[in-house]
Amino acid sequence: MSEKFDVIVVGAGPAGTACAYTCAKNGLKVLQIERGEYPGSKNVMGGVLYRKQTEEIIPEFWKEAPLERPIIEQRFWMMDKESTVSFGYKGLEWGVEPYNNFTVLRAHFDQWFAKKGVEEGVLLINETVVTECIVEDGKVIGVRTDRPDGEIFADVVVLADGVNSLLAKQLGFHNELKPDQVALTAMEVINLPKDKINDRFNLQENQGCTIEIFGDSTKGNLGTAFIYTNKESINIGVGTTLSSMIKAKMKPYDLLDYLKTHPMVAPLLAGGESAEYLAHLIPEGGFHAVPKVAGNGVVVIGDAAQLVNAIHREGSNMAMASGKMAAEAVIQAKERNDYSESSLNSYREALYASFIMKDLEKYKDAAHLFENSPQYFKEYVPMLNQAMSKFFTVDGTPKKEKQKQIIKGFTSEKGTFGVMKDLYRAWKAVK
Amino acid sequence: MHIVVCVKQVPDTKIIKINPKTNTLDRRSAPAILNPYDAHAVQEAVRLKSILGTGKISVLSMGPPQATEVIKKCIEIGADEGYLISDRAFAGADTLATSYALSKALEKIASVEPIDLVICGKHAIDGDTGQVGPGIARRLDIPPVTNVIEVSEINSNDRTILVKRKLSNGYELVRVNMPCLLTVEKEINKIEYSPLPNMLKAARYKSNIWSVSDLGEVNIAQLGLKGSPTVVGKMFTPPKLEGGKVLEGTSDEQVSQLMDVLLEQKELLNVK
Repeated sequence: MSEKFDVIVVGAGPAGTACAYTCAKNGLKVLQIERGEYPGSKNVMGGVLYRKQTEEIIPEFWKEAPLERPIIEQRFWMMDKESTVSFGYKGLEWGVEPYNNFTVLRAHFDQWFAKKGVEEGVLLINETVVTECIVEDGKVIGVRTDRPDGEIFADVVVLADGVNSLLAKQLGFHNELKPDQVALTAMEVINLPKDKINDRFNLQENQGCTIEIFGDSTKGNLGTAFIYTNKESINIGVGTTLSSMIKAKMKPYDLLDYLKTHPMVAPLLAGGESAEYLAHLIPEGGFHAVPKVAGNGVVVIGDAAQLVNAIHREGSNMAMASGKMAAEAVIQAKERNDYSESSLNSYREALYASFIMKDLEKYKDAAHLFENSPQYFKEYVPMLNQAMSKFFTVDGTPKKEKQKQIIKGFTSEKGTFGVMKDLYRAWKAVK
Repeated sequence: MHIVVCVKQVPDTKIIKINPKTNTLDRRSAPAILNPYDAHAVQEAVRLKSILGTGKISVLSMGPPQATEVIKKCIEIGADEGYLISDRAFAGADTLATSYALSKALEKIASVEPIDLVICGKHAIDGDTGQVGPGIARRLDIPPVTNVIEVSEINSNDRTILVKRKLSNGYELVRVNMPCLLTVEKEINKIEYSPLPNMLKAARYKSNIWSVSDLGEVNIAQLGLKGSPTVVGKMFTPPKLEGGKVLEGTSDEQVSQLMDVLLEQKELLNVK
């Protein structure tokens, strides 16, 4: 058995399928291998799908894809133990074509997306684990699976095998992930009737809302929590870097329980029925953690290439965009009949010229700063809550006096200089 | 040796929900899978083919067009060909109408390539009747052998097969002439991890789909709802067991407590 394909894509998440789809649409012979029972069965994300990068692969996908709700409102909470400071944006323009983002359930969306690939000619096989790349003379020429007679060959192997890419490690592209380069997120899907969701989140038919929660949602550790509305369920999750979790001796499920019973959160979930429980690693190493992405006969895309913007909780869009860029590079390589690293490096060039690496570069020091400076989450969020409480409590104190007290509250502990320094460093890291 | 395996697409009853109003299965609440007993039936056909070193395995199913998915699953296990009979005329069939339709399809398959052995699962996990297999055998006028847990011998020269049946009070060894029909228990084999070439073949495989008109001479009145005399009287979910008591202490203490309870409740037990 030595059937040979043009491309073997390992993994059927957004990155792998974007790549397989694009290659097949351009006439390449594509084999896609998924370890789960079906595409999406093993995949986890909060649940935001980005219109722009999805549309670039399948125009007007919203007319047929299994989406939950278009997101018309994004809220941000700076949460303390018994209070929260919130801000956000709600715009009806996001509720009509071409939309901005959608909530999705991955098990449904990924299956649909992979089916689109199959319709373009991708040969998809499930329940098969790729155990290693077959390397000959320094060139990847195929993969070995865990099945009997399990070797199969291709000109290019695309690694879309997720955050802990064992295959990229095998090739030496990656080192072992460090605990501060990944977040461990636990999430739950909670069923709730549509009317209840609409009432509690102030939504109408086919409108969705996301809430990102900082501060006490992670007990002040580096990370965030989220609540997203689906049609008839809510996704709620929380994650912190693995290193924070180890330092604080927290367990991801304890943190999720803490969040679910938090007085700011519990009323939103009341009466809901737990439908699914998931946990996953999210690559958050950012710019510095991106490995080598092209080699002889091989490219790395999506989470496997650590392409996640933690600050903006973007990942699936980068996955899809990188998958498409890799596909375009493979198509060009086929035209040249040259699958060497220098030929496939056109993918790397495209990646670094795109929003993906530009965004990751913009925030390249942010995670490091927040990781090493716990005061941002642990101290400033409570301070902000106290300040707002003071300012809006009507107790006969003149407003000018209140402002003075608030500023004093901020500076008394760290001094004016300390606060200014923290603000400046934070601004520098995200500017 | 031509072996035909009859398979059914069923909802995964491990996770399916029951509609509390109608007491019927909410089929949307669970994914459709290959009936687990049927998977063992296909696996047994694959095993027999490899023992004989030659032969052909066809699978046959009746169901909606998406039932081709379970045929693909059979190809993964090692079947060679798959046939789906799919037509509105089959809808609403009970076991009588189903066995009639399947026997007609088997006749058509046999007209091209004679069948030596038909294998079915013991029963489908959504209905648990176990009637379709024997129903097919009766209509094809071949011997049915149910509850098979082992095929001990298969002899293509004298066309006999020796099988072990599981009975409620023991085992029975039966030598039977082929063609015959077996229904198999799960113990008969372990589902093997399919080789990669099978996976590729299955991913590419297009099932043969037949409608009523493809089956030749068929009595329409015996198909689907019209051909189904079964009437469902009533459906109910068995009440959940309530209460219960956990015995604590050492094993000896637990045993003596249990004896007390049993002696106390003696009249509830069927003992003299």
